[in-house]
Amino acid sequence: MNNHNYDVVIIGGGPAGLAAAYSAKLNGAKKILVIERDRELGGILQQCIHNGFGLHRFKQELTGPGYAQRYIKMVEEHPEIEIMLDTMVLEVSEDKLVLAVNPEVGILKIQAKAVIFTMGCRERTRGAIRTPGWRPAGVFTAGAAQRMVNMEGYIPGKKVVILGSGDIGLIMARRLTLEGAQVQAVLEIMPYSNGLTRNIVQCLEDFNIPLHLAHTIVAIQGNERITGVTCAKVDENMRPIPGTEFELECDCLLLSVGLIPENEISEEVGVKIDPKTSGPIVDQRRQTSIPGFFAAGNVVHVHDLVDFVSEEGEIAGKYAALYAQGILPESYRTINVLGENAIRTVVPQKIVLDDTSIDAVRLFMRVGKPEEKLIVEVTGAKEQVIATKRLPIAKPGEMIELDIPVDKFRDAGEFVVVTSRKAVKA
Amino acid sequence: MQKVTKADIVIIGGGIVGTAIARDLSKYKLDVVLVEKQPDVAAGTTKANSAILHAGFDAHPDTLKAKLNVRGNALYHELEKELNLDIKWTGSLVVAKTDEEMETINELLVRGNENGVPGLEILSKDEVLAKEPNLSTDVKGALWAPSAGIFLPFGAAVAFADNAIMNGVKVITECTVEEILIENGQVTGVQTDKGTINCKYVINAAGVHADDISRTVGDNSFSIKPRKGEYILFDRKVGGLVNTVVFPAPSKVSKGILICPTVHGNFFIGPNAQDIENKEDISTSPTGMSEIIDRAQGLLPHIPLREAITQFSGIRAAADCGDFVIRKSDYAAGLIHAAGIQSPGLTAAPAIAEFVTEILEKDGLQLIKKDDFKPESTKQIIFKELSLDEKQSLIEENPLYGRVICRCETITEGEIVAAIHQPCGAKTVDGIKRRTRAGMGRCQGGFCGPRVTAILARELNISVAEVRKETAGSYLFFEKIPGDCEVKS
Repeated sequence: MNNHNYDVVIIGGGPAGLAAAYSAKLNGAKKILVIERDRELGGILQQCIHNGFGLHRFKQELTGPGYAQRYIKMVEEHPEIEIMLDTMVLEVSEDKLVLAVNPEVGILKIQAKAVIFTMGCRERTRGAIRTPGWRPAGVFTAGAAQRMVNMEGYIPGKKVVILGSGDIGLIMARRLTLEGAQVQAVLEIMPYSNGLTRNIVQCLEDFNIPLHLAHTIVAIQGNERITGVTCAKVDENMRPIPGTEFELECDCLLLSVGLIPENEISEEVGVKIDPKTSGPIVDQRRQTSIPGFFAAGNVVHVHDLVDFVSEEGEIAGKYAALYAQGILPESYRTINVLGENAIRTVVPQKIVLDDTSIDAVRLFMRVGKPEEKLIVEVTGAKEQVIATKRLPIAKPGEMIELDIPVDKFRDAGEFVVVTSRKAVKA
Repeated sequence: MQKVTKADIVIIGGGIVGTAIARDLSKYKLDVVLVEKQPDVAAGTTKANSAILHAGFDAHPDTLKAKLNVRGNALYHELEKELNLDIKWTGSLVVAKTDEEMETINELLVRGNENGVPGLEILSKDEVLAKEPNLSTDVKGALWAPSAGIFLPFGAAVAFADNAIMNGVKVITECTVEEILIENGQVTGVQTDKGTINCKYVINAAGVHADDISRTVGDNSFSIKPRKGEYILFDRKVGGLVNTVVFPAPSKVSKGILICPTVHGNFFIGPNAQDIENKEDISTSPTGMSEIIDRAQGLLPHIPLREAITQFSGIRAAADCGDFVIRKSDYAAGLIHAAGIQSPGLTAAPAIAEFVTEILEKDGLQLIKKDDFKPESTKQIIFKELSLDEKQSLIEENPLYGRVICRCETITEGEIVAAIHQPCGAKTVDGIKRRTRAGMGRCQGGFCGPRVTAILARELNISVAEVRKETAGSYLFFEKIPGDCEVKS
């Protein structure tokens, strides 16, 4: 058996993991390990060959692989950071023993001082949303299809319907159109899209691909290969309305119906999960409910932009490095952050008050449905307002950020609530 | 493969029945060929059903169903070891919620005793809830059958086929039978889309199509009334909700919607029962889903619908007479039907095989045992179940066992490659899934699907665009760029 010791072990070599590794190095960790199951670093970025990445981080519009390459270079320049590719983590124990496997050396027993979860997320499937009908070939999740087109060089279909208007679905509508496929329509069960506005415009409108809001698929046709789908309009409870059905011919159905943070390993360790984000509950240092375990990126909550994933990775990397060196201030007093009204999710869910090294806390929030003229208010236990942000428009697909000096939380009381109200005309 | 033009016996259909018969006949000095129209065995009814080894109290004592169920159940105890089958002897409960249903289960007790089912007893409400604490608290009692179990029907069919092939049976896939050839009332062969196979005996184990096969010789003595059943399968996370097979008290048409654990720690609810016209119709419907959810909630009030990972349906190959049709055809000497195999067909399969062999013997076929019959199959390596040391030495021997392809179920490339190259090897993505579980987990192949496709292409030496999901025409991907396009895995 192969035994190893590291200061910081990072599970997942996507954008969050790479940023965490780099930041752990900058913050004094001497032995850092990134474990990646794929044959190269970069995670899902490697299959995102479109542009639009890095506007915040690098003030430049990069492709997914381009963005990944910047971080790969940053990481590879430092001998303190080791990379294990083609390696799968099998198990992590509470005392930070990581069990992994790869073809080259076999079973690895890796003792870490601090662990960072950066496993990303997976796609919701047909089974999870219970789409009825036949079960032919040609039904894929949009991300799996994206990998086939962009990395393996095959297309999943020539006449395509896309269910769900998440960003990957929108990107794939354009991608397959450029490959010569005919994209019949994108269907979205909600009355609005969860994708970024720029993707609606650049991926659908620019190519005249129809977007049917408040529609879903009520049956999949085809015995061997999919031959078509039956679509229907849905009511306000997302139930199909009888009589509104229409058929769309297709040889491929892509699903872009949501992402689920991939927390099987974290849950086995026993970290507490926020049912709203499906990710670990973290404080502003991205430490989970178990000391020494940190988390960042889409494993914590699904992000809209990779730039924020990197930012979160850097935070987790820094504090994991401090923890590994035994110099992370212990958290004696923490308060909970709760979302209310239009605010569906808030990260971090906890604020550590007695870590004097932190000045400001950036809260990331998402609304449950599109809102106009929204006032987001952060209030203390006695309903005193400690921060406010006005938004002309808030969409579920786009994260809301709000920076708050940590002092403000100190006087907040036992908890803070992030709430919202409609702006009233003066 | 060399073209097969003659055999002693041709078995039509590679489901659990056909493969069990093939395995039983492989004990004798006979030239046996099994033909299957799909690229893989176990691709029909055998892949989508309740996967239960029934105790045998349901069927009326004078039926073949009753006789072969109890015998089949007993035979699986032997086969479990010989063929390394995945079986859990969980026992089953038939739960009664009303006085009327208590009467029904008492009738089942009497019938079961008559059928020779061991260990049956009526449990009180408290005893039922002690076994199954998550069941509805308005249960009154239940019939407990300790000999019932759960298993992997497609795993068993593959194991039968594997062992049959090891013992000389030829399995020809993607071979559709067009008609059975007869001369002067005697079978002379089968005409397939791949040519003629001359033979004296044909065993009709064609499942839902058994009546269509029978009709090719003018034998209309039975017909198959396909009856669909839909299911919902749940994540292993919530698999602990039930420990045993839980049936409601039965109605006239079916055993009802049950709640049942699987050998891999998931659980499912289903099936309903719908008579259908199209024998290929394995679609699921919103009404069917609501029906099974509503009725399952009667037994298990808190069903975690969020943890559903897939829905599917299967077709019962029910014969119009209600019982199994296992007999010689009156229209063609040498044609033997093993048809109408609905529940408890999976359980009965090895007993059906014995019964068919008996019919052949009585018909005058000389059965000479092979001296070199190998009853045992090699044990499949399941990486996840090995100790760390075993894992390490396995990877040192074959590094492919160190690459995890299916992350949800921890299935390695070594296991996938082994599944492709075993005697009855996988040729499709679903074939890999049935043999290894790759793609059966919560992400339903989202992650491993493209990788499994690439491995299949590499190992079968075909293009990615030629890899299929399941049926002959179920291609997955299209060529994007003409010419070379290397796919690594």
